[in-house]
Amino acid sequence: MAHEHKLEIFRGLWKFKSNTQKIWGVLAFLTFVTIIEVALGIIKPEMLMGKVLGMKALNWIFIILTIVKAYYITWDFMHMRDETKGLRRAVVWTAIFLILYLIFILLQEGGYVFRVYDEGYIKRDF
Amino acid sequence: MSTAVAEGKTWGGGNQPLQASYGKMMMWFFIVSDALTFSGFLAAYGFSRFKFIDAWPIADEVFTHFPFLHGVDAPMYYVAFMTFVLIMSSVTMVLAVDAGHHLNKSKVTIYMFLTILGGLIFVGSQAWEWNTFIKGDYGAVQTKGGNILQFVDTDGHRVALRDFVAVDTHAERTQHEDKSGLWFVSEGTLPTYTVEEVLHGLEAHENVLVRTQTLTAEGEKTVLSRAESLKQIKDNGKLVVEGANLHVNEYGSPLFADFFFFITGFHGFHVFSGVVINIIIFFNVVLGTYERRGSYEMVEKVGLYWHFVDLVWVFVFTFFYLV
Repeated sequence: MAHEHKLEIFRGLWKFKSNTQKIWGVLAFLTFVTIIEVALGIIKPEMLMGKVLGMKALNWIFIILTIVKAYYITWDFMHMRDETKGLRRAVVWTAIFLILYLIFILLQEGGYVFRVYDEGYIKRDF
Repeated sequence: MSTAVAEGKTWGGGNQPLQASYGKMMMWFFIVSDALTFSGFLAAYGFSRFKFIDAWPIADEVFTHFPFLHGVDAPMYYVAFMTFVLIMSSVTMVLAVDAGHHLNKSKVTIYMFLTILGGLIFVGSQAWEWNTFIKGDYGAVQTKGGNILQFVDTDGHRVALRDFVAVDTHAERTQHEDKSGLWFVSEGTLPTYTVEEVLHGLEAHENVLVRTQTLTAEGEKTVLSRAESLKQIKDNGKLVVEGANLHVNEYGSPLFADFFFFITGFHGFHVFSGVVINIIIFFNVVLGTYERRGSYEMVEKVGLYWHFVDLVWVFVFTFFYLV
């Protein structure tokens, strides 16, 4: 709709002259993030194997980087940055709320089922 | 303007709520609901993984192949390549949308074409990935309890069944087909080896050990001692598994294969439909439909769908291959 685009990312830290330039800039950033993810996935640094809030630090890094990538795809490729605040909030917060809720129940329940198996009521190592 | 007229304009489609056109708004609605569908799948994957948290397959050990590089251990390189292809086709798509804003028909045509090309490369890669996954590499033995036993040498490197098991020609059995016996009974392809033959092979090769699915504290699979290895295969071995399907899976829990087929399959179907829609829009661009209409908004709408497919892949990549 709106033909004028906001031409800066990282809160104005990186400014572009045209929309095309911004697209290439975002691609460079997304590629960089993907390379970091793959490199970390292959090397698996020992120092990131410690647990933070019940999950390996490395996995937290992967999830955060994924959300960062998702943000730039939605904001710059899907032009969410140029939409009105109302549309942006209606789409993003609805999805985030429902997804967090879904993840919470399913993971909680998965952990519970694991403990039922683990504490010996059901044998599955045979 | 009277109230009645203003109301007629508002409710008759006269204005655009949130300054988004009807088509774009509906595309966003669809994307939100589709995002919830995919989260449902990924959360269900998470549920099953948490349920078997101490024995889930390690993705790096499953996806180690790269086309034309045989026997090279290349964990995740190919998936990373696929991710890059999809992000790249997202970029050409957004460039097409941008060219559409400038009503530049030839540029839109080129960028749409490149987007379709990227989509086809991605779907092709996924087909190859499925093929590799289904065929399998090393083979394994399934126990009575449904657990998977794999084989390693004393250094911990994986050993394929074909490297230490010999086919006993006397005990060979042919696959039962419905034409050669009871017409209502049939069975799938028989594995190359029987559990008996695997046991003989294991007995004959001192340096082969059994690896169970249970993860150690360091996050590696447990390797049994020589005596225990023989005992496990002898007492519990029930079925030789080669590759993966919806029932059995040589990489570990059958659920892992089920989710792999379901999630990447559902995503691949999205990419496929995206390619088909892109082709339709491409021809409309070539025929000048949007040129005459004076607006390339249609390209923008399929663009939204195409970026969404890319967005989903970013999450599938993380939760299936990285975490």
